[in-house]
Amino acid sequence: MAAKKLGLKQRYALMTRGLDWETTYQPMDEVFPFDKFEGIKITDWSKWEDPFRLTMDNYWKFQAEKERKLYAVLDSFAQNNGQMGVSDAKYVNAIKLFLTGVSPLEYQAHRGFAHAGRHLRGVGPRVAAQMQSLDELRHVQTQVHTISQYNKYFDGFAEFRHMHDRVWYLSVPKSFFDDARSAGPFEYMVAIGFAFEYVLTNLLFVPFMSGAAYNGDMATVTFGFSAQSDESRHMTLGIEVIKFLLEQHPDNLPIVQKWVDKWFWRGHRVLGLVAMMMDYMLPKKVMSWKEAWEIYFTEAGGALFQDLERYGLRVPKYADVATAEAEHMSHQNWSIFYQYTHAAGFHTWLPSDEEMDWLSEKYPNTFDKYYRPRYEMWREMEKDGKRFYNNALPQLCTTCQIPMGYTEPGDPTTIAFRSSEYKGDRYHFCSDGCKDIFDNEPEKFSQSWLPVHQIFQGNCGGATVPDVLAWYNMNVGADNMDQAGSPDQKIWDAWKTKQEKVAG
Amino acid sequence: MTVELRTMSLEPRRHTFGHIARRKGADVPASRYEEGTLDLQATDNFHYKPLWEPEYWVYDTRKTAVVMKDWYDLKDPRQYYYATYNIARANMQQAVERTFSFVEKRAMLDGLDADWREKIIDTLLPMRHVAWGANMNMTNICDRGYGTAVTAPSQFAAMDHLGMAQIISRIGLALDGNSGESLDTAKTAWMDAPHWQDMRHMVEDTLVVKDWFEQYVAQALVIDAVTHAFAFDIMDSAGQTKGGAPISMMTEFMVEWRAEQTRWVDAVIKTAAAESDANRALISGWAKGWLSRAVDAVKPLCAHVVGDASAVSSIEAELSARFAKLGLAL
Ligand SMILES: [Fe+2]
Ligand SMILES: [Fe+2]
Ligand SMILES: [Zn+2]
Repeated sequence: MAAKKLGLKQRYALMTRGLDWETTYQPMDEVFPFDKFEGIKITDWSKWEDPFRLTMDNYWKFQAEKERKLYAVLDSFAQNNGQMGVSDAKYVNAIKLFLTGVSPLEYQAHRGFAHAGRHLRGVGPRVAAQMQSLDELRHVQTQVHTISQYNKYFDGFAEFRHMHDRVWYLSVPKSFFDDARSAGPFEYMVAIGFAFEYVLTNLLFVPFMSGAAYNGDMATVTFGFSAQSDESRHMTLGIEVIKFLLEQHPDNLPIVQKWVDKWFWRGHRVLGLVAMMMDYMLPKKVMSWKEAWEIYFTEAGGALFQDLERYGLRVPKYADVATAEAEHMSHQNWSIFYQYTHAAGFHTWLPSDEEMDWLSEKYPNTFDKYYRPRYEMWREMEKDGKRFYNNALPQLCTTCQIPMGYTEPGDPTTIAFRSSEYKGDRYHFCSDGCKDIFDNEPEKFSQSWLPVHQIFQGNCGGATVPDVLAWYNMNVGADNMDQAGSPDQKIWDAWKTKQEKVAG
Repeated sequence: MTVELRTMSLEPRRHTFGHIARRKGADVPASRYEEGTLDLQATDNFHYKPLWEPEYWVYDTRKTAVVMKDWYDLKDPRQYYYATYNIARANMQQAVERTFSFVEKRAMLDGLDADWREKIIDTLLPMRHVAWGANMNMTNICDRGYGTAVTAPSQFAAMDHLGMAQIISRIGLALDGNSGESLDTAKTAWMDAPHWQDMRHMVEDTLVVKDWFEQYVAQALVIDAVTHAFAFDIMDSAGQTKGGAPISMMTEFMVEWRAEQTRWVDAVIKTAAAESDANRALISGWAKGWLSRAVDAVKPLCAHVVGDASAVSSIEAELSARFAKLGLAL
């Protein structure tokens, strides 16, 4: 028989579609118990357009090829002590933030996409989600393997798993993903597949990866590059999910819009950590957070939402507030970490004159007016031997879990406070965005595991700061405090001296 | 200068991460398998109860009745992490590609006896649906299971089943000249033919098992073993005199896969059963129940293909012996 030539789409359909069937010995609603309670209406799963038609044979082939190359780079990085070739010891703190704050989210994505990959009723999205589950396992493992080399020589990495479940600021990314994981499968796909992987991903990975490139961290650059083709699959999945949901039924629009609003704001708050990393932690700067926001959200996101307008979807609520906050967020966050350096798992420092000039140039509207004076004051205090530490435990926003340090939109001298009452208790928020999220799901967000509350309730090892730090497995005097005088810095300096001698 | 720099010595300050050092001792380096697996899943201080299952946390040891002091005892003897897993499968897949082009170039499937060709279509090809059920169950175990040691290889197994379903699909396409007709016929058999109904019934029942370790026992220990032994041993050897040799070549992946998979599954089951008498009793009970069900479900298939079901008793005997070696009491 003469075999007919198969196009990619047809071949994929034959090899994947049709594998599933309508169950008859068990009701379909028992087999797929979780895809109805959210109120999303799917009338025809077969309308799903497979965004990438990857069969397992090609998946294994492509991914194996990438892994061979990546691990060859990692091996030579280790052999050549690549960790000592970065721009400056301060840079290493950026990857501490990455390993403790981001890599555990990759793991969460792995398990979350397994959930979606089991529970979405359509075979197309199920297979796509399963592949993403596998990819996300790749990401967490390649990140751990890459950063493993840094862990051998620098502090702040060794307890990343223990810390992610406990440390106050790490509850910001952790609660973000716990929120998505505890949502239904459609909200999860919108939260992670669309809002995170599509709308905000460039604001997370581009800063870290180009930060790595600018600062001579070839290992991180390599895993970043290597993950890029996975990410482009994830992005196409994310956009397909949105289009599919909106095309399936008009009743889906208000639900999806609410999720887009929620996850945009949730994501924006988590990205505050990235903002601070870009503006303050990279010895060689790539661009400012504000510039990144303009390129990746205002412009790229603007075009995206224009495209989605035909489905009735509008730009996320409070996008304008987020854009205005781009003038302030990194400065306010770095100030928080500077004050609480004794409770942070990475080192802090005050920006140098040169860095402050760069910040003035990048933030002409705000830096000199509001933030430079603060840093100059703290610098004076340091000189006088009175380095400023904040020993009071801060109040946290119930939703995003960031200390209440953000200012009112349009008034950078007043801290923003919002609150709501639920079942006789009062809950506090940093912003209208966070308050709205709580008000939409108070039964969920009233459960938040808020680190400061937990400390007060005696659930974090004790009542004093040393008790809590011990409970964090914080190696006090090594993991925390200023970069100057840290063991990291000493080792770095010793190595550089030795290097100069060898070089003659 | 770079040459000299490389020779400059630099003492590492630690060998691995804290959570691994606490397991192995601080002065031992850890493997990539260990660093990419141990304690990777969050364990504490979850923020919100799942909207879809508020009686549990997302990661919750209570989702199975099996109790382990340390879920990371369930290690994978293959020591797979993502990279080594994919590289292993890519190598196996290379052999598949060679075989398929070898068989297709020589039009070897034309040599199938007509009645055997029919059997391939109505009894081998529907195995792709069995594989799809397996894919769902192993994905579910990755979702609901506890601890990366067992959940990560479960996702690998899920993708293996998808890959094998696709190899079977390709056999169908090779048979029907890429029209997909044979796959449709196979699906009709899966849905309606009497010889498939016990099997489909059982597979559908596994899809709703709530205890993920029971699901693991049902799927990975029992159903994979029974269905593969039927399709790739019994049916395969029955086909040898009917021109079925190219089919053996095209399903070699499954044979290799089963040998490898068995090492992993046996390690998991043996360790979990050895943990306590309670575990042993639970797992034995599940194994016994699902084994008798799987054996019954495969009998009509066997009778359909080779005329009678007596060959199935050898599968049962072999598996009973294997389970006994794992410490199970059947
Ligand atoms: Fe990822
Ligand atoms: Fe991703
Ligand atoms: Zn907030």
